Amino acid sequence: MNPTLEALLHFLATWWVELLWGVVIVAVVPLVAGYVVLVERKLMADMQARLGPMRVGPHGLLQPIADAVELLIKEDIIPDNADQLIFWLAPVISMVAALTSMGAIAFGPTLQVARDINIGILFVAGVSSLGLLGIVLGGWASNSHYSIIGAMRSTAQLVSYETAAGLAMVSALLLSGTLSIRAIVDAQRQSGVWFVFLAPMAFFIYLVASIAETNRAPFDLPEAESELVAGYMTEYSGFRWSLYFLGEYANMIVVASVATTLFLGGWLRPFPNVTWLSWLEYAPAVLMALAGGYSIYRAGKQPVAVQTGFMWAVALACFAVAVLFAVPRFVAPLNFVLPGLNGAFWFLLKVSAYLYVFMWLRFTLPRYRFDQLMHLGWYILIPLAIVNVVAVGVAMLLENAGWNRWVGLMVTTAFTLGTALYLVHLQDKRNARASSAKTDVLPGNSYAG
Amino acid sequence: MMSPAHYLFLSLALFLIGCIGVTTRRNVIVVLMSIELILNAVNINLVMFSRVFGDVAGQVFALFIIADAAAEAAVGLGIIIAFFRNRETVLADEMDLLKW
Amino acid sequence: MLDSVLFYFFGGVAVLSAVLMVTRRNAMHSAVFLITTLMATAGIFLQLRAEFLFIAQIILYVGGIMVLFIFVIMLVRLDVALHHVRFRMQKMVAVLVALALGFEVLAILYAARRLPGQGLFISEITPPDKLPPNSEELAKSLFSAYLLPFEIASVLLLVAMVGAVVMAKSKKGAEEQ
Repeated sequence: MNPTLEALLHFLATWWVELLWGVVIVAVVPLVAGYVVLVERKLMADMQARLGPMRVGPHGLLQPIADAVELLIKEDIIPDNADQLIFWLAPVISMVAALTSMGAIAFGPTLQVARDINIGILFVAGVSSLGLLGIVLGGWASNSHYSIIGAMRSTAQLVSYETAAGLAMVSALLLSGTLSIRAIVDAQRQSGVWFVFLAPMAFFIYLVASIAETNRAPFDLPEAESELVAGYMTEYSGFRWSLYFLGEYANMIVVASVATTLFLGGWLRPFPNVTWLSWLEYAPAVLMALAGGYSIYRAGKQPVAVQTGFMWAVALACFAVAVLFAVPRFVAPLNFVLPGLNGAFWFLLKVSAYLYVFMWLRFTLPRYRFDQLMHLGWYILIPLAIVNVVAVGVAMLLENAGWNRWVGLMVTTAFTLGTALYLVHLQDKRNARASSAKTDVLPGNSYAG
Repeated sequence: MMSPAHYLFLSLALFLIGCIGVTTRRNVIVVLMSIELILNAVNINLVMFSRVFGDVAGQVFALFIIADAAAEAAVGLGIIIAFFRNRETVLADEMDLLKW
Repeated sequence: MLDSVLFYFFGGVAVLSAVLMVTRRNAMHSAVFLITTLMATAGIFLQLRAEFLFIAQIILYVGGIMVLFIFVIMLVRLDVALHHVRFRMQKMVAVLVALALGFEVLAILYAARRLPGQGLFISEITPPDKLPPNSEELAKSLFSAYLLPFEIASVLLLVAMVGAVVMAKSKKGAEEQ
């Protein structure tokens, strides 16, 4: 046979799983991101005492499909004097960065596209930071005031919070001692607790920094509609805008996955080493069955027959998934899928919880002004993250010197918390001084302050 | 890995293109970017030899070159911004204050 | 086989993007092509099994330095100036000098190939699956043998940061200080 053809077939035979995973990611993640948008709108409606999208499909379930069709058939408007090459390239960079970084994330002990690369977490963080280029190039190429200002603000925000996020990640990496994703989750399994209990300050710093990294409220000044029209996305319409939008939601999923891997134990069940809690192994099936039961209970309370039918369908789906989780446990030849299936369930549950917190904060907190945003990033989060890294390092040294791991970490966490409170106190003093200074300058103005 | 000759040719090509960029372009920012290209060519060489000899020193050196290039780019761009603020130009032809 | 495909792909993209970079009239296009060149170089690092350097190149060079360049190009954006060239043979001389340099280096490589005991062949090279983990090796070396350059590099970055801020500060900002 032709040696090139033979080499190609050998390549496909060795790597076909990874290639298939890659295709699945590129095909499925935009769809999933669309449904995350629907979930967000429904949650927003629930928190605002209304119903959300209900018209398109049962309970609005086909809303993402309708949105996708609408965006695809829209006219592709390119502004005058816009730089053609870069205008085309920028949304592509944003989307490619988000999807590529998803390739190194492990959803289960063996469910990973990149076969456990040595630099796992750093790869995800580094490649997802390439989305910045998509933002700044897109804003510039649109040749419009709002776009450039939005792009500059967005880029400044992303760059500021990237440092804090990276340092928070370093604190967790100090505890695990390695960059590889499987090894990090393994370290959490061996130490018996998730790293969020060992380094809670790092988790909170990463939470805040990741909200700012993905341009979500309360840090969404660069793309808020009442501020800058839509920031760097102003001149984009139709499919290009959908690339940016889906890239942003894919970025959210990536950031949630990184936080889950580093802090929340990845694919491990709660308390992975405690044997008297091993009944939690049955939790996926039980939880899905409970969800199905709740759906049946709600089905009885629906006003319209169509809604009742829909809730019965949801209940049936939940029970089917519960059976899917339960069957391999009792059918011996299928036992090998158990770790992957359970792992994927716990991972997706944690990612969903993290995204729920994102959405919850969006609907609750008011937006930060840009100078307040930059002040929070540079004056509070980065010093706090540095202090946290030093504190966790000191705790590791104390552990080597014979202290109990928990005692060392509690002491250093208390110290970091003290630093955080001190920094916030400094900020309050600065604000008080600024507002009192304003009233001094304009003595006759009674509305000031 | 391919033979070292392949990597040497590649890095030579990038180095020469960088040199052409430095000597040909008028825009000082593009000159700085060509210098970054030259540094990258050197990095490829270092990492290739580090792989051949199994010594990680080449990669350490390349890492320091990357850090150094960041510092140099920051300072160089600061100088360009300061000059632009004074003279309103970034073309090398028009930066001739010291010319006799 | 996979190695050579990856090398020719990344090498080809690197050289092509470099040529495009030095020939574009628009500085922003040059920056975009430099980004592709840097990413292709990162691919070469990955092909040489230097994983940490691959991601360091992407984070630092592409995610840091190139964003800086793009910001400055946005700041000093001028309309393309009138093309009054003073020395018309400059491009020709530059290319000739570069080619001369290239011929010199190729002559050295050719001579090295024929020296006994030296040259361009590899004696024994560690197979890829027996390589020690790259990040650990780099970290061990960086914090033991090369600790002084590491500290000097951090001081250098601090000095560069302070210098760049001072240089780029506007006079109004300096007066308010």
